Amino acid sequence: MNAPINHQDNGLLRFMTCGSVDDGKSTLIGRLLFDTKTILADTLTQIEKTSRKRGMEAVDLSLLTDGLQAEREQGITIDVAYRYFSTGTRKYIIADAPGHEQYTRNMVTAASTANLAIILIDARKGVLTQTRRHSFLAHLVGIPHIVVAVNKMDLVDYDQAVFDRIRADYLAFAKEIGLQREGHDIRFIPMSALNGDMIVDRSDEMNWYNGPTLLDVLEAVPAAHTEKAESFRFPVQYVCRPQASDDPELHDFRGFMGRVESGEIAVGDAVTVLPSGRASKVKAIQLGNDKLDRAIHEQSVTLLLEDEIDISRGDMIVKSSEAREPVKQLDAMLCWLSETPLSPARTYIIRHTTRESKAKVGAIEYRIDVNTLEQQSVQGLGMNDIARISFRLAQPLCVDAYAENRATGAFIVIDESTNNTVGAGMVA
Amino acid sequence: MTTLTRQTLSHLDWLEAEAIHILREVAGQCERPVLLFSGGKDSVCLLRLAEKAFRPGKFPFPLMHIDTGHNYKEVVEFRDKRAAELGERLIVRSVEDSIKRGTVVLKHEGESRNKHQSVTLLEAIAEFEFDACIGGARRDEEKARAKERIMSFRDEFGQWDPKNQRPELWNLYNARSHKGENIRAFPISNWTEMDVWQYIEREGLELPSIYFAHQRDVVLRGGAIVPVNVPLASGEVINLPKPGEEIVDMQVRFRTVGDITCTAPVVSDADNVAKIVLETATTTITERGATRLDDQTSDASMEQRKKEGYF
Repeated sequence: MNAPINHQDNGLLRFMTCGSVDDGKSTLIGRLLFDTKTILADTLTQIEKTSRKRGMEAVDLSLLTDGLQAEREQGITIDVAYRYFSTGTRKYIIADAPGHEQYTRNMVTAASTANLAIILIDARKGVLTQTRRHSFLAHLVGIPHIVVAVNKMDLVDYDQAVFDRIRADYLAFAKEIGLQREGHDIRFIPMSALNGDMIVDRSDEMNWYNGPTLLDVLEAVPAAHTEKAESFRFPVQYVCRPQASDDPELHDFRGFMGRVESGEIAVGDAVTVLPSGRASKVKAIQLGNDKLDRAIHEQSVTLLLEDEIDISRGDMIVKSSEAREPVKQLDAMLCWLSETPLSPARTYIIRHTTRESKAKVGAIEYRIDVNTLEQQSVQGLGMNDIARISFRLAQPLCVDAYAENRATGAFIVIDESTNNTVGAGMVA
Repeated sequence: MTTLTRQTLSHLDWLEAEAIHILREVAGQCERPVLLFSGGKDSVCLLRLAEKAFRPGKFPFPLMHIDTGHNYKEVVEFRDKRAAELGERLIVRSVEDSIKRGTVVLKHEGESRNKHQSVTLLEAIAEFEFDACIGGARRDEEKARAKERIMSFRDEFGQWDPKNQRPELWNLYNARSHKGENIRAFPISNWTEMDVWQYIEREGLELPSIYFAHQRDVVLRGGAIVPVNVPLASGEVINLPKPGEEIVDMQVRFRTVGDITCTAPVVSDADNVAKIVLETATTTITERGATRLDDQTSDASMEQRKKEGYF
């Protein structure tokens, strides 16, 4: 049996939305859910009622994501919310992140799992500082596909000249931050989330626009891991040794359990275990009771090897031809997530794939201003700061550059005293 | 030497792989996890995922059910049967015992025991020193859950502090806790009700019979269908009709199977999984809106059913 392929099922896409309520972000999400018939009658009736109560004529679709507003009123931390819809051919997970500057950490969190970002622009306002911030962060966290949604076109009389000008402005700025140079996929869609123009349905008001609707883009965008060649990376999560089993055949069973973070592996492939460097061959690949010939990115499987090698959680199995030297120093971009500032004097824990190491700050090279992209010299880092930094590690880690591999290039920083996750790092 | 692989997993395979990864992270990071198994459809999926994650080994955790004493006997029987088939250890702790200990005090005899489960759960966590509880909750169940983490930290009082959640990035889960604290882990956070039913169909999973259409005595109360005269495993009969209520024999099924006193069925003739998948695809009522008396916030459900000519 091979890795499953399903031609009717176009898999799953994770995307994020960047923007503020003022840009119509909640309305956009509400519109997507509504037009794909994800919203059920009882929910709709409820928001109809609330809309009437607030004196509105049409149903206010932004009420679907009203949780955020309530939080703001109560002063609770505004947080990433996850929402779901399906078109029958593809399932979608939306990470809905608040867009304000003080929520950089939430944007980074939402971006970390997204393969596409929708950046909202209010057609009346054009490219703003926040547009730059959102684009920079989406770029930093390695989102390969960007949709610039020029919203509220109804408020500028669906004027093509407005759309064209915003596109030109954005492209000029994208060039500045290197988005274009690196071959990012950037698309522009004029829309009115309020009226449902160019979200799921097209619009009579914008016959000058021949490009795809937002949903067309979402349905067609390539899935994660399918656009560029990646090395096989298999961090071992758990070792299965059922020695006490009633079945004597299992007494020598050693299954290395984990998820294929990237690349693919087949029975017979030569592999190397890092950091020990020991080599073997793949004897079998299992998923539940099924035996597979090969496994691909994102599949959780169990690997059996030809040779008896001591392997435990935290080790990484790679193809011998794609092995890398483990490192004891990390150069990275780091987003600080905690209200407690980063202290260069302290020891932290770095978790990378399934491995942990104690770590100390080597140097903070610079902090980057997310609005101007200016590099600043600093002594410490506060919440929402993004910096180029180096760490010294107690244990070797098997990292790839984040630009090459989002799974093995990412790490989190943990404060041992609270066990809190305080930093998010991307290997340079 | 790197390889470009254009293939992708189907959405169910992706969700399955993610859930297996989360289960293995709990097993890898925590000393004493437990999987909460009620016999309901979501936890039935969890058990299949645990099989795929850990076989041919034993599960690295026991199963546990917090029994309110007011569960459908079909579900309780199914729970015991399934645990026995898997050969895994099942711990049952009951709200009844907490009542006897005096740690749960009911306002009146008939009060729903559903919310008191948390007391019994915390007592069990302390008794067994569990540092992680794996549950089948999903983010699509209600608005408040849309922001829940996959690994959600609870302090020593079992409290969830929405202001103080750990950021969760990539698939780097942080399940660390100090003694006395614990983690709630939700491997099927990203699943919807539809995904659950599609998975049950694909995997051919067995479920308690009350998930499928059956005849049942009910009354219509405050816009909901309320099952009445329900026999418990003990022989006791609960949910007696109130004076003046008319008992109707109706064809119904349950979309969720919680505590009897707060779970309502829906009118349905879906008597197999394929029909339920179809019904789930075309339903106009959310899972909780239709079936949970405890957190019902909408009066649309009955209105909508009436519009469609049920009565």
